[in-house]
Amino acid sequence: MKSTILAGALLAFATATSVHAQAIKLADVAELSGGGATVGTNWKNGIDLAIEEINAKGGVLGRKLEVTHADSQSNPGVARAQVQKALDAEPYVLLGPGYSGSVKVTAPLAAEAGIAQIMGGEAAELTQAGNKFLFRTSFGQQSSMPKVAKYIHDDMKAKSVAVVWVNNDFGRGGRDVVVKELDRLGSKVVADLSTEAGQADFAADVGKIKAANPDAVFVYLNEEESARILKELKRQGVTAPLMGETTLIGQKVIELAGDAANGARGHVGLTTDAPVDLIKAFRDKFVKKYNYVPDHNGLKGYLAIYMVKATTEKMGKVDSKAFADTLHGLTIKAADEPGILMDVTFSETGDIDRQSFLVEVVAGKQVVKQVLPKVK
Amino acid sequence: MSNLFDLLVAGLATGAIYALVAVGFTLLWQTSQTINFAQGEFVMLPAFLMLAAMHAGAPFWLAIILGILLSMILLGLAFKMLLVDPMMRHGVLPLAIATMALAIGIKEAVKQFFSAEASPFPSIVPTGDISILGHVVSLQSIGVLVLAILAVFGLTALLNRTSLGHQMQAAAQNPTVARIIGVPVERMILLTFLINAFLVALASLLITPIYLAKFSSGEVLGQAAFIAAIVGGFNQVRGAIAGGLLIGVLDNLAASYVSTQYRAAVPLIFLILVILFRPQGLLGRAEERTV
Repeated sequence: MKSTILAGALLAFATATSVHAQAIKLADVAELSGGGATVGTNWKNGIDLAIEEINAKGGVLGRKLEVTHADSQSNPGVARAQVQKALDAEPYVLLGPGYSGSVKVTAPLAAEAGIAQIMGGEAAELTQAGNKFLFRTSFGQQSSMPKVAKYIHDDMKAKSVAVVWVNNDFGRGGRDVVVKELDRLGSKVVADLSTEAGQADFAADVGKIKAANPDAVFVYLNEEESARILKELKRQGVTAPLMGETTLIGQKVIELAGDAANGARGHVGLTTDAPVDLIKAFRDKFVKKYNYVPDHNGLKGYLAIYMVKATTEKMGKVDSKAFADTLHGLTIKAADEPGILMDVTFSETGDIDRQSFLVEVVAGKQVVKQVLPKVK
Repeated sequence: MSNLFDLLVAGLATGAIYALVAVGFTLLWQTSQTINFAQGEFVMLPAFLMLAAMHAGAPFWLAIILGILLSMILLGLAFKMLLVDPMMRHGVLPLAIATMALAIGIKEAVKQFFSAEASPFPSIVPTGDISILGHVVSLQSIGVLVLAILAVFGLTALLNRTSLGHQMQAAAQNPTVARIIGVPVERMILLTFLINAFLVALASLLITPIYLAKFSSGEVLGQAAFIAAIVGGFNQVRGAIAGGLLIGVLDNLAASYVSTQYRAAVPLIFLILVILFRPQGLLGRAEERTV
């Protein structure tokens, strides 16, 4: 009898120990190849960096974090299949994708599984569909585009604007909001140009911009296309000031476009050049590990992991079902959780409120011109 | 009008690069009945070879030379000996399919060993503007156009005005008779593969600063060059040149005056019209046996 009790106790102890030591499993689906490779690679590296840091300090509630990365190939169809596969393994939280189109088709799967999805998409509509499990890591277009339109109208004093956008969920979402806002403010859209994802040749599009002769050009494309159009704008001698939102003045774009990126301006929710000490420290750590300066997607991936950490520690337990409820309405202060880099509040829709920046590319570097405070 | 001029210049510059690639296409077809569906990837790869040389510490000029030499070895010599020669015995179609497989192989290899992300690539032509007939035109457009045209004219002169060129043409038109009169047919065929490799390396050098170095960038170029070769006439070098320039200009005009969304369809519609009404191509010869 005694030996049975002893064996039972040992078994219970062993089980408890193994549960205690069991890693928290996260699943990431990102654009590791295809048109969004820059987005996905930065996002993945940010995630890996944060996990390495957290695990080195003992993990979350004493448990290590583990992540699996899957490649969506920048294709919504592949993303959906990869997310389904990831969800079948019952992760604690789903990370990614970064492309809005891929988020749109994968969000219902995560919601159905009751798993919180922390993603990089910025299309306005993503958080407007009543999904209770979807969380942003950056501003949605409904938050950023009004700031962009206001800057074009008030600071650039542009009465006529050419709008160039990429014909996908991300581009169309941003274009719709910015055109509406420009119209409301009284700046006329004199050229409204849709371009294709992965487009290589922008000569005709830039020709149309030249013909419209606008006071300012708003460029809203993915990273590689942004670099190509910047080169073409320079090649064709377009001198109108250029404004963008996050992608246009991203690190990868600056690297690819070289001199052609100089003078481009943009609103960014996240930049590694922000005058914030914690972000500077993040940038140094990232550069040390990966030997390149990350763009905002590196920050997003890093923040996603610290969102997981802060929310889990707030709950005091690892409970994937209660995760989303806890994160809604949560404010995470950088003073309490330095990994979150800046104070952030999550709304009931999964949108974020955080300070943001107006940036200009000067001599191949992002220079922050203005800091825009948190709204609430 | 200014817009039209800009579009024409930009279209001609892109078209000249298509022409380079299309010429290589037609050369391979004429001499060895090789339809190279990896031609686009052949344009993509040399840029990465040059980038690899630069990463290894070579200056740009040396990287260009190394890139061109390596391209001629890999995409000329090795391509012919390891893929075309063994597959050719089984007919044109198995060879065409083998080149499709090669295209995928090259793309995936670049993705794996280099990066799936785009990389910047230095321009051989300095940036800046010049004024032509009162229009400001970028030096890059003019430089690309001039270099591509020089290469094409050089090749045409080689084919039409030298003994070597005549031997190549003889080997292409009737290999049996060419052999009888002492033309080293095998060597001539190998030469066309080397010329093709040189042309794609040159195209790579000219287009990559604009399109960026990326594993997938050959897809658009390969398709455009293929269309250009058929439109111009698959059996004529001058047809490929005209086809390339025409497709470049047509693509830009379509994007500007028709619709950006349907720009890719316009050259294809044009291709269908050419096939329906002039199947030998605009400048092709109907009597060629291989068409």
